[in-house]
Amino acid sequence: MFDNLSARLEGVVTKLKRKGRLSAADIEAALREIRAALLEADVNLTVVRQFTDNIREAAIGATVSRALTPAQQIIKLVDEELRSTLGGDSFRLTFASTPPTVIMLVGLQGSGKTTAAGKLALWLRRQGRHPMLVGADLARPAAVEQLRILAETAQVDFFSEATDPVSVAREGIARARSLGRDVVIIDTAGRLAVDAELMDEMRRIEGVAKPNYTFLVIDAMIGQDALATAGAFSEAVGLSGTILTKLDGDARGGAALSVVAVTGKKIAFSSIGEKLEDFDTFHPDRMANRILGMGDVLSLIEKAERQMDKQVAEKGAQKLAQGKFDLEDFLEQMQQVKRMGPLKGIMSMLPGVPRELRDVDIDEREVARTEAIISSMTREERRNPAIIDASRRQRIAAGSGSTSMAVSNLLKQFKEMQKMMRQMGVGPASATKRPASSRAAKKKGKRR
Amino acid sequence: MHSAQIILLLVVVVLVVGGVAFVGARSRRRGARPEPPAPLSSPRTSAPPAQPAEKVTARPTQGGLISGPEPAPEELDLHAEEKLAPEAPATIQEGLRQSRRPFAAALQGLFKRNTVEESFWGEVEDSLILSDVGLDQATRIVEAAKERVRRERITDPAAALGAIRAAMLEALSLADRSLSLEGERPVVWLFVGVNGVGKTTTIGKVAHQMSEEGRSVMLAAADTFRAAAADQLGLWAERAGADVVRGAPGGDPAAVLFDAISSARAKGTDVVLGDTAGRLQNKTNLIEELKKIYRTVEKAQGTLGEVLLVLDATVGQNGLAQAKVFSEAVGVTGVVLTKLDGSAKGGIAFAIEETFKIPVKLVGVGERIGDLIPFDPKAYVESLTALD
Ligand SMILES: Nc1nc2c(ncn2[C@@H]2O[C@H](COP(=O)(O)OP(=O)(O)OP(=O)(O)O)[C@@H](O)[C@H]2O)c(=O)[nH]1
Ligand SMILES: [Mg+2]
Repeated sequence: MFDNLSARLEGVVTKLKRKGRLSAADIEAALREIRAALLEADVNLTVVRQFTDNIREAAIGATVSRALTPAQQIIKLVDEELRSTLGGDSFRLTFASTPPTVIMLVGLQGSGKTTAAGKLALWLRRQGRHPMLVGADLARPAAVEQLRILAETAQVDFFSEATDPVSVAREGIARARSLGRDVVIIDTAGRLAVDAELMDEMRRIEGVAKPNYTFLVIDAMIGQDALATAGAFSEAVGLSGTILTKLDGDARGGAALSVVAVTGKKIAFSSIGEKLEDFDTFHPDRMANRILGMGDVLSLIEKAERQMDKQVAEKGAQKLAQGKFDLEDFLEQMQQVKRMGPLKGIMSMLPGVPRELRDVDIDEREVARTEAIISSMTREERRNPAIIDASRRQRIAAGSGSTSMAVSNLLKQFKEMQKMMRQMGVGPASATKRPASSRAAKKKGKRR
Repeated sequence: MHSAQIILLLVVVVLVVGGVAFVGARSRRRGARPEPPAPLSSPRTSAPPAQPAEKVTARPTQGGLISGPEPAPEELDLHAEEKLAPEAPATIQEGLRQSRRPFAAALQGLFKRNTVEESFWGEVEDSLILSDVGLDQATRIVEAAKERVRRERITDPAAALGAIRAAMLEALSLADRSLSLEGERPVVWLFVGVNGVGKTTTIGKVAHQMSEEGRSVMLAAADTFRAAAADQLGLWAERAGADVVRGAPGGDPAAVLFDAISSARAKGTDVVLGDTAGRLQNKTNLIEELKKIYRTVEKAQGTLGEVLLVLDATVGQNGLAQAKVFSEAVGVTGVVLTKLDGSAKGGIAFAIEETFKIPVKLVGVGERIGDLIPFDPKAYVESLTALD
């Protein structure tokens, strides 16, 4: 998993002396590694060829920088090229002046359209919109029922009927209009790009729905076929962008690059988990890192292995896995991590750190403050922070020379961290009830 | 220590301390007024709550419609050539053609030139890569084919093609692709895999074939997670003439399987087919859950016949990780490669067979109940390397 491009390149190019210019042979050696890394990430071969051609051109012209090693310099070129392909800014959805704004989701079978429809609905509702979900997948057994349950969970309106996909779309939009709903999301059946009949049906749905947006839903695990599939859908209907799903998996997602290359449209949204709220606008910059193999993790791990006490670290990892990681463990681990140098530096190399955090200027004294606060807690408080009430908070604040606010901040962040770990699937199986269907369970649960 | 564990510890520390700093910095910026800390894990939830219907302010365009930031060029009625996004350069167009029939150009060139040139091997490698075989495996296959051509002094194209096919078949040389129904009833088959690959559909198809063969079949709806998953399986059970045992949505999937096996034994049913929820292989808790489901077969005194990993033919190199994790967790006995009726080639099967020694046993070729066939390596390789 951490077999990243920088590691590959370091292997080929570090031996190079600085010669003022990268030699043609060096560049070719590097390009071979880049090709391999991109293919491993599932970028389509045609796109890889184009990509490496561009890098070659840029590299031949470039003079060797004093500040960067040749490897770093090539990585920078790759990174810039990736970013410029994926596009710098996030996608922005604008709404029709005469509602409803119609959004149609299309894609292969199993790419995640229905779930994405539900998530998009919730995402829009949380922005103050009033979406209606329209179930036009009449092909897959129980697809309509699935969407109905998702609509209920997302608390949005739902429409479908057992006619045909084209009339469902038409009726759904009419219904939304009469109810004053401002967005209609049409879920369509999965179809293969080679299935002429179903591709034609999709065109007919587009014909009556006249969507303002048509999103291609693509699975992040897809391989070389991303190009052919995205190309075919883009030929058939007017795509506005792509929704990339299952990004919470460990696929590199190089397909993102193929899809953008062939459709010329952005990745609009990413779907990052099984819960309805696991959905957001797509961040091109993070994707670039991901395709390249997660930033500088490798060197970070090496550093950690050198500087952390193995036993202590192992204990912490175990506690995390058991879901028993408390503030006492945290204090221990923080003291370890401190040895590795400024937190800011570590953060910039870590995969999966939220953007909001990346940009924060961490004052290194924050570590000391946090340490002081936890040290002022009793053993019992560290093991079970839930017992910390206002008076205990004040005592801890006084003991550590901080404020009661700072204490609750810390506790809050610790809790958030625990929540995130659960979302990432860290912890024991029993502690991870997957909640989406529990609603439905209450509603229509048959007892065994 | 595993690198993932180290990363996790670092993330933990960074999240907490960084979060504190983040909140601190923000409140300082806003004039030192402390405010409730922002939940870092869900910045989305801070969006305003739903409001009553309101007029939206948006840029008006013709026809009362509004399109995205980059309005799509007049969609519908363009001719095929012009329908690609204008940015798509000619090479992508060529790439598209090649992606659909990876081997066609290379082989046609070979037969036209009537000699085996060095550049041809590069084209074969590319064709394999475009079929999702993966760079390493493609290199191995090309080397083997080249070696054979050298050894046997092959010069004519047909024999060269034969050498390529032979090399591909070598990677698919696992002997046993049979599906086990032996042992005391009920025999249990489990279907596992990531989300959306075709587990439930495959179960419907398998149930149908078994009923046709005169076996009694019980389906266990042990996907209690995805909305309407049990309804979907129930509809397949109806079509296939099989029984189905369902649990409460959100309930314990292992318990559902236990009940199904127990009730199958009581009724003397031949086979239990266990559907499981799709799960990504990097979610350790869900893999643990799957292990528990797996152990249930023994607990309920069923005979474990097969654990089938369902793989989508579109899958890229991540298919390897799927095969690895699932087989380590629940001893996968075979692969079902679905959606081979599409443009994807499912080439990851080569590496999976060669690396993990897990045979592909079944192939899904459509959405209808009869669209499931046994995997035939020879037919598969021939269709991959078809000349036209
Ligand atoms: N064209 C084609 N479609 C298939 C094939 N097998 C399954 N599908 C379709 O793929 C989609 C997903 O299939 P499911 O059986 O629901 O997949 P699953 O693995 O059970 O999905 P989850 O339970 O949600 O993880 C459905 O639309 C199926 O009709 C196949 O061989 N060919
Ligand atoms: Mg299923």
